[in-house]
Order: sequence, then structure tokens, then C-alpha cells
Amino acid sequence: MIPNPWLNGLVVGGAVLAVLMTLGALASWWERKFSARLQGRVGTTILGPWGILQPFADAAKMIQKEDLIPRDADRVLFYIAPLFPVTLVLGLAAVIPFAGYWADGVWHGAAMVADVDVGVLFVLALSGLMVFPLWMAGWASNNKYSLLAAMRAVAQGVSYEIPMVLAALVPVIASGKLSVTGVIAWQAEHGWIVARLPVVGFLAFVLFYLTSLAEANRIPFDIPEAESELVGGVITEYTGIKSGLFILSEYLHTLVASAVATGMFLGGGHVPGLAGLPIWAQVVISLAAMWFKTLALFVSIYWIRWSWYRFRSDQLMELCWRYLVPGGLGLVASTAVAVSLGWV
Amino acid sequence: MVAQWIPVLVYLSLCAALSVAMFVASALLSVRGRNNTPATFDNYECGEEPDGAAWIRFHPRYYIVALVFVAFDVEAAFLFPWAVNLRGAGWLPLVDMFVFLGILLIGWAYAVRKGAIKWQ
Repeated sequence: MIPNPWLNGLVVGGAVLAVLMTLGALASWWERKFSARLQGRVGTTILGPWGILQPFADAAKMIQKEDLIPRDADRVLFYIAPLFPVTLVLGLAAVIPFAGYWADGVWHGAAMVADVDVGVLFVLALSGLMVFPLWMAGWASNNKYSLLAAMRAVAQGVSYEIPMVLAALVPVIASGKLSVTGVIAWQAEHGWIVARLPVVGFLAFVLFYLTSLAEANRIPFDIPEAESELVGGVITEYTGIKSGLFILSEYLHTLVASAVATGMFLGGGHVPGLAGLPIWAQVVISLAAMWFKTLALFVSIYWIRWSWYRFRSDQLMELCWRYLVPGGLGLVASTAVAVSLGWV
Repeated sequence: MVAQWIPVLVYLSLCAALSVAMFVASALLSVRGRNNTPATFDNYECGEEPDGAAWIRFHPRYYIVALVFVAFDVEAAFLFPWAVNLRGAGWLPLVDMFVFLGILLIGWAYAVRKGAIKWQ
């Protein structure tokens, strides 16, 4: 952390932004290679080694494409909607410490844009806002596929936000902290949430992971963009870089959601055996550990995406309201009882 | 307290600037069709001519989902201050919250019984 907050936002924020954008671009290439491997194909091969330069060619192509606005669309809303999704999902990363170190027996966050007291709330609030650009795009397009997709996306987004909030409450109750750094510091001291709260911690992690998939519209929860019935979902009418921004936001969303889940449940950058090392070594190791855990979750998301089916719209809502919401309440209640009894 | 939000503000501005920069790059570099026909600006409906506007009335089930969502979201807002202060606060807040959650669960059971979450 740089003492001057403006400079810190600019330098660390710029670095976080650069890393996330690079990884987001590489993710689109990696997914093509990975899905090809799963299906016995080769994937991209032409640009650069293993076709790794493909995303940059894609970006160049998208920027050059003609920018069409349908005659019947709501022009203003249609135009500004693609500005928001990438901004919002990148914004989620503002409160995540990507590294950390022990000093005076306390775990400190490092490589983070801001140590906000209410970081967990900030993350939940921003990811709740994600339904707005989708609805703006779907409504403004004046296209039936887009509108249907937007309605499904909003219904799914708001529904799965409830179990997500309930799952996020488990580490908050255990640590008594609302900042992501505070939650990670508690885990560094007492053990990661998945292991420290037997069963309950693991179930809360699974619930958070599932709801993150739903918020990012990934299989099995990608009915809002089911291409077999809704063409392109809310981006049906978008061309060029505008559809590109929506697609990029989904890669970034899964990436950032993996980082959030790592921080809340898997101890963030903490690994055993760091105490006593020089601070620079701790920061380097914890940075590597944070990205290792995050990318492991990220890989699992795409593994599921390419090997599973999607739920029907009604099954999706039924799963959320009938099982996940009461399940989440049960997890919150058991954590509260365990904390009050002094078990954790 | 406000100062800790300054980096967030700077960072969010950077993120927004990135999206705007892509818009600007696209506006400067994108091609413009010379021979666009009226059909170029039609809405996409699988190649058919669009049949009326998409802005129609839609099913009330979405409205019911929104109602249930509001109830549970407000509850979640109440849970956060409670969750942060639970450790070492004794049994009273725990009992209070169980009563609160119990009332909410009755509402949930009512919604399920009435078929509010059924998607028929």
C-alpha cells in the first residue's frame, strides 16, 4: 500500500487492471484451447505459439467492425449499456488483497487497491448491480430474444443473490469482520473457513461457488444466453466492440468471482509456513498462492462449462428458492450457534 | 473513513475509462457500410421480417419473484450488522435472530405453498 490514497489507487489500481485485462484476454484463448482438448480438437494454432495471440487479433477485429444500432432500438440506452459490465466486474477487484504478510503476529493485506471496512458488502453490492446493464441492453434492443434473455437474467440474478449473501455471511460471522482483509486475516490466524468450520464451511463455499456461477451466467446456470433458443441472449443486436465488452465481462466475472471466493473461504494469499520469512518473500509467495487458488477455481468453472448441461429456467428458480435459500439460512444459523458456543 | 474510498474511486474511474477508451477506438476505427439497406437496421428475428415490437406485456411470475426477492434482500441487510457483532455478544442476539429468521421462514413456506416460485 502506498500512503497517498490517490497515488495508491492509480498505481496499484492500474496494475490490478492491467493484470486482470491480460488474464481476461488470455482466458478467452485458454478456454478455446481447453474446450478443444476436452472435445478432441486442436483449437487455435495459427497466431503465435499455440495460437496464444488470438485474443489480440479478436480485439482488433471487434474494434474495426461496423457499429449498427437497430432502427427500433432505444438509442441512448442501447448505446451506453455496454459501458457498464466490464467496469462493474473489474470494480469488484478493488477490495481484494492479492497478497499478504505477517507483521507483529497479525496478517496484513498487500497488493490491494483499497482496504475498505465494508469490503464484503462492496463486493455483494457491485455484483448485484450487474443485472442493470443486462436489463438495459435487453430492453433497449427491442428484440424478442434479447428481452426474454434479459428477463431471465434479471430473475436469475436477483434470486441467486440471496443465497450468495447468505453464504458470504458465514465467514463474516466467524471472523466478525466485514473487510475482505479482515476475513483473510482471521483465516490466517485460525484456519481457512472451508476447514475451520467443519462441513458448514465447506458447504458455504460450495454455495458461494454455485451462486457465483449463476451471477456470471455460466453453465449450469446460463439459460439467459442459451444459444440454442435465444440466439445471442442480450447481445443479439450488438456488433463489434460492444458485444465484445459483454463477452469480456463474463470472462472477467468468473475470474474475479474466483478471487473473491478464494479470499472469503480459501484463506486468500495465506499458506502455512510464511511466518518468519522476510516480508518481500512472504508477499511474493502469497501472491503466487492467491493466483494459484484463484486460477484453480477458474479452471473448474470452465471444466464444468464444457462438460455439463444447462438447467431449464423453471428448474433454476426452483433450485434457488426451494433449496438454496433455506439451505443458506441453515448455514448462517449453524455458524451463529457454533460461534456463540465458542466452537470456532 | 472517507479517505479509504479514494483509491476505490480512482480505480473505478480507471475501469470506466477503459470501457470508454474501447468505445472511442471503435468509433475512430470501425468501418461504415456504404450500401446499407433498410433491412440492415431491422431487428434480428432469424432472417424473418420482425413481427411487431418486443416491448410487450410479460408474465407476472417475474413480478412475484421480484416481491419475494425484496423481502429476503431486506432481511439480508439486517443480518450483516448482527453477523459482525455476534462473537462474544451472548445468547440474546442469537435468540432474537432465530425469532426473526423463523418469521421469515414462515413467509418462505407460505410463498412455496402458494406456488410463488413455481414456474408454470
